Amino acid sequence: MTTVAELPAGFADKVLSAQSTFRSVMEAMARPGSVQRIEAAAAAGAPAPMMRATAAIALTLFDHDTPLWLDQPMSEASDVTKWLKFHTGAPVVQDSSICTFALIGDPRSLVGLDHFAFGSNEYPDRSTTLILQIESLTEGAAVELRGPGIDGTAALQAMVEPADLFARLEINQTLFPRGIDVVLVADDTVVAIPRTTRSVAKGG
Amino acid sequence: MAAIGKSDEQNRRRAAMAVLAQAATAEIAARLDSIAPPAFENLREPENGLVMVRGRIGGDGAPFNLGEATVSRAAVRLATGEVGFGYTLGRDRQKAQLIALCDALAQSKEFAGAVEQQVLTPLRAAMTSVRDRRAAETAATRVDFYTLVRGEG
Repeated sequence: MTTVAELPAGFADKVLSAQSTFRSVMEAMARPGSVQRIEAAAAAGAPAPMMRATAAIALTLFDHDTPLWLDQPMSEASDVTKWLKFHTGAPVVQDSSICTFALIGDPRSLVGLDHFAFGSNEYPDRSTTLILQIESLTEGAAVELRGPGIDGTAALQAMVEPADLFARLEINQTLFPRGIDVVLVADDTVVAIPRTTRSVAKGG
Repeated sequence: MAAIGKSDEQNRRRAAMAVLAQAATAEIAARLDSIAPPAFENLREPENGLVMVRGRIGGDGAPFNLGEATVSRAAVRLATGEVGFGYTLGRDRQKAQLIALCDALAQSKEFAGAVEQQVLTPLRAAMTSVRDRRAAETAATRVDFYTLVRGEG
């Protein structure tokens, strides 16, 4: 019973915080490349090495119907597993090919994208959404993005890890409508790279 | 109803739950106020939800789903680190929080005695007296049936 004694608390105002977080993530998905701030992230505690925005997304989107896969740094921190279990009830699975969300604490050593679920042609939504924690969404190499939700091109300046992320995401082009959606998280900000977004300037 | 294999503390907390779940919110609140509980934070905000109630016919038949019931739950953490959980039937979120607070206080050395004496004991006494009164009222209307043996021969 004392195992939860040190865990950070969840949202102080569950409904409103979850609604505003959902809004931010939806906004990010609708406008790929735009940096969205998760206001509610400050209200929730996050167990290390989880970032605040990751924790807010977890509290908003995860439940017992969303199997999770954690990469090494995340799964080694027992606080993360316990915190997720206590607040979201989401099952943590070892098999990354059946997970709905994958939490990546160290994107540099990200496993191949083919380890994750792409969905099926009938149900392309049954794919994995990768949540990558990176250092910064304001500085770093510039990438130009193109695709639905973007008027012309959108510039994203971020320390994208792994460095060849956009090259790897090119499989989305051939797999469509199946594919992988990515959410980049840095502290309390998020950027979404849905499966329809292509990078143009760099490596594209 | 002491379960086998459970520690004393678990049995104590279980007994406290049995009392608190039956008590009225206002009464728990009034009695808790009298012991001036310390600062606490909501580890899990009080929330409402549904649980599936399962039943067994005759207590040993195959389990079946009887229906859903509304429950409220909460978890609080005292400044000293004790974590208390509260679950109660119905939509009374404040009650779930008060139960969780009592549970946390009952685990802290400093407040355990006060909670037992000033909250649990009076509530338990009130519950028992109501139960006894009902039992007495029912017993007063009891009818005993006798079968008279007729002389058959």
